[in-house]
Amino acid sequence: MKKKNNTSKSIDRRSFLTVAATGTGGVLFGLVFKADAQQGRGAAKGGPAGGRGGPGGFGAPAAPLKPADFIMVNSDNSVTIIAKNPEVGQGVRSLLPMLIAEELDVDWKDVKVVQADQDQAKYGGQIAGGSTATPTNWIPMRQLGAEARQMFVEAAAETWNVPASELTTGSGKVMHKASNRTATYASLASKVATMQPPAAGSVKFKDPKDYKIIGTTVPSPDLHKIVTGQPLFTIDQTMPGMLYAVYEKCGVFGGKVKTHNLDAIKKLPGIKAAFVVEQPEITAEVLPGDPGLENGIAIVAEYWYQAQAARKKLQVTWDEGSRGTAEHSSTAYAAKAAQIGAGEPMSTTRKDGDPEAALKTAAKKVEANYSYPFISHAPLEPENCTAHYENGKITIWTSSQIPASARGLAAKSCGIDQSEVTVHMIRGGGGFGRRLTNDYAAEAAYISKEVNAPVKLLWAREDDMRHDYYRPGGFQFLSAGLDNSGKVVAWRNHFVTYGAKNDGQGRGPAIQSVSAGGIGATEFPQPFIENYALYTSAQPLAIRTGSLRAPTSNAMAFVTQSFIDELAHAAGKDPVEFRRDLLAQTKPAPPPAAGGFGRGFGGAPFSAERMRGVLDLVAEKSEWGKKNLPKGTAMGVAFHFSHSGYFAEVAEVTVVNKKVKVNKVWVAADIGSTIINPGQAMNMAQGAIIDGMGAMMEQEITVDHGHVVQGNFDTHPLLRISAAPSDIEVHYVKSNNNPTGMGEPSMPPILPAVANAIFSATGDRVRSLPFKKAGYSWA
Amino acid sequence: MAYTLKVNGQSKTVDVPADTPLLWALRDVLDMKGTKFGCGAGLCGACTVHVNGKAVRSCQTQVGSVKGPVTTIEGLSADGTHPVQRAWMEVDVPQCGYCQAGQMMSASALLAAKPQPTDKDIDAAMYGNLCRCGTYLRIRQAIHRAAQLASARPGATSGGGAGRARE
Repeated sequence: MKKKNNTSKSIDRRSFLTVAATGTGGVLFGLVFKADAQQGRGAAKGGPAGGRGGPGGFGAPAAPLKPADFIMVNSDNSVTIIAKNPEVGQGVRSLLPMLIAEELDVDWKDVKVVQADQDQAKYGGQIAGGSTATPTNWIPMRQLGAEARQMFVEAAAETWNVPASELTTGSGKVMHKASNRTATYASLASKVATMQPPAAGSVKFKDPKDYKIIGTTVPSPDLHKIVTGQPLFTIDQTMPGMLYAVYEKCGVFGGKVKTHNLDAIKKLPGIKAAFVVEQPEITAEVLPGDPGLENGIAIVAEYWYQAQAARKKLQVTWDEGSRGTAEHSSTAYAAKAAQIGAGEPMSTTRKDGDPEAALKTAAKKVEANYSYPFISHAPLEPENCTAHYENGKITIWTSSQIPASARGLAAKSCGIDQSEVTVHMIRGGGGFGRRLTNDYAAEAAYISKEVNAPVKLLWAREDDMRHDYYRPGGFQFLSAGLDNSGKVVAWRNHFVTYGAKNDGQGRGPAIQSVSAGGIGATEFPQPFIENYALYTSAQPLAIRTGSLRAPTSNAMAFVTQSFIDELAHAAGKDPVEFRRDLLAQTKPAPPPAAGGFGRGFGGAPFSAERMRGVLDLVAEKSEWGKKNLPKGTAMGVAFHFSHSGYFAEVAEVTVVNKKVKVNKVWVAADIGSTIINPGQAMNMAQGAIIDGMGAMMEQEITVDHGHVVQGNFDTHPLLRISAAPSDIEVHYVKSNNNPTGMGEPSMPPILPAVANAIFSATGDRVRSLPFKKAGYSWA
Repeated sequence: MAYTLKVNGQSKTVDVPADTPLLWALRDVLDMKGTKFGCGAGLCGACTVHVNGKAVRSCQTQVGSVKGPVTTIEGLSADGTHPVQRAWMEVDVPQCGYCQAGQMMSASALLAAKPQPTDKDIDAAMYGNLCRCGTYLRIRQAIHRAAQLASARPGATSGGGAGRARE
């Protein structure tokens, strides 16, 4: 394996210095590190705010990043580069160091990647969320590399007494062609260590045509460990004296222990401790985004399986509180939504023109009700966290996607200041948004303090599925009007979500939706339809919700793109042609609206031109409308814009007696000028198709008296290999925009693309996810 | 009660109740972290190991019932030279990587039984292994590649066995 040089480990500050100083015989940049008294200052104030917390959470850091915090040149001229973000399989552990290495002008084979600890003051935002790693780091990470490169050039210029402009770099060396002199970065490093970095804005970036690393496929630095089964994930972390814990919670959020048999449990083999945890009641109508430690029973044992076996002998009665009632059941939620949907909306999220009047005068009116269920993240590595509380300080090892929030909740659990928390960021076995919430870290921290020992808390799969922050279900009551030419002249959506009327004294939206339960005012197709209304109503909910891969969009695209397909058929137009026409529709300039998840970060507005680009490309590659497909085989198309990315997708399906085979999928993407790591980008796009197909066909979380019914992969399945298409082609429009993320925006269009293909093949329009409820299954 | 298991060619003793799942004997007692916990119910395949050369779910295999040698991901090869490991790296299969040990154990059992599998054979043999990240297309590709690598080196897919075991 040629990338053998790249290793990745998480080590604390002190050992990092030690390893670097003794292991390689010299630390150059690294010498400027100081004992980190500021650890955690980035998150020290304010605590975890709804799961997004901490300065620099999404955006650029407040203070300039320093090359010395990210780059070390070792005496053998190899380079250690810090990977700052949480790695949960999205490939960021190679992606961000690649940006630094490119501008530093070193060879990737000479790069060693080391995972950072959580320290946003030093590293800027450290989050795996919102597909933000690429857009927020594209400039700062390259800047770090370019600044360091310039320092080596200046050091050589001084040493050789030649103008810096005569020097070039490559492969970790500075060259002076005129005098045929070469100096390795290592040989210049002691000089560089005394220099100040140049001003961030003063450095020049490489011409993209000179890229040697960006645009090449670089595997994960952890690949060799993965295939040889070496300890790597959070679940694999151990330390001397470590105990294992399970944490039993009430099936209903907020439920309290009434009676228990812990005296008997404590006598079972290997059990070291068993105790009840009680927390203040949360009475808010809309549950907080990341409430942290909840009521429950901790069982701590020498081995995890002993704790889990003891748990099966637990006899607990719970006080389920007000959320364990019949109204908090999926059937009741659906009935209530139907009632609300038929009535007057509770609030107006957006209104342009007069959609009600335009619907009355339209040549054709189409009405349809869509719905989608709660679904679970279900990363394959169940939630877990290792915590070690000692003398008023705590260290945690976590694969949190937002470790600043894990820090806050661990501190809160232990009643200590956030500055007393050290957070090691460990590779996670999948994220999908689940690890944006940090309840497991709060639990591990509390238990460690209570038993005064290092503890690994590990959830069983059933804990994970029944105590998730679900993708919120929702209901959309749609009507649209077409004129005689097939133009969409009116669009009205009464969206029924979960939440409550806002009591924020006139501030914020009229409806406070549950976490990830809102639709943005300018979501597509708002910018294209003159008479447009989005009304939002809500009903109370007893379970927690949160961001799941492409939040909002993951359901929105299914509804919008299916309904647009209905309109295309009503208009008697080809679905691709109809979409081209819709993208060409114009309306009087609407008043500006705030950005949000759906619009991509930075509030970039929807670009019809970029969407047209990917739509045309996917039509071309799939030979849309040009193939003679056999009966029962058909194509469907859909597009969606989210997280700054434009995606159009076509699926070809064969349907026989409601058995569906997805034969092939074509993806066309515009995520900017550069695909930084093409192999991993393709892997992720293909995975997004598989993920979306699974959600479309089979996934549904239901609620019964406040309890989540499904507990494992038998009742909440993931797509299996036999249903995976034989081919998923991924194509790009490389537009003149800075690169943006791939992980989230690639997923939403596949659900409607397959749904629209099934309609084309069968004439059956399914408007409620998952499709299995309508009798469909994979062939 | 103490059980002696032959794991990757080495004799190992674990003092656990007979009904302890092999998965937890491997992970917690023997401190071999390569075999992963995903569902605890035989639904996801993350815990797949070989017993007597056959792919089994170690979360559903009680220690007391194990008769025969056990091979785990660590026993395919410690240095990544087994054809399945080489193919997995060449094709760059993983995203998060968590399921891949189980995938590779199922794949190596398939190749030992059927050295040149078709896509249909692969889908049937790999049906029990979930990949949440959705790397299935690369898994198919890597199994075909491993078949090629193994055919250039006959007998190399079997894994396990005392001769191949490494610590």
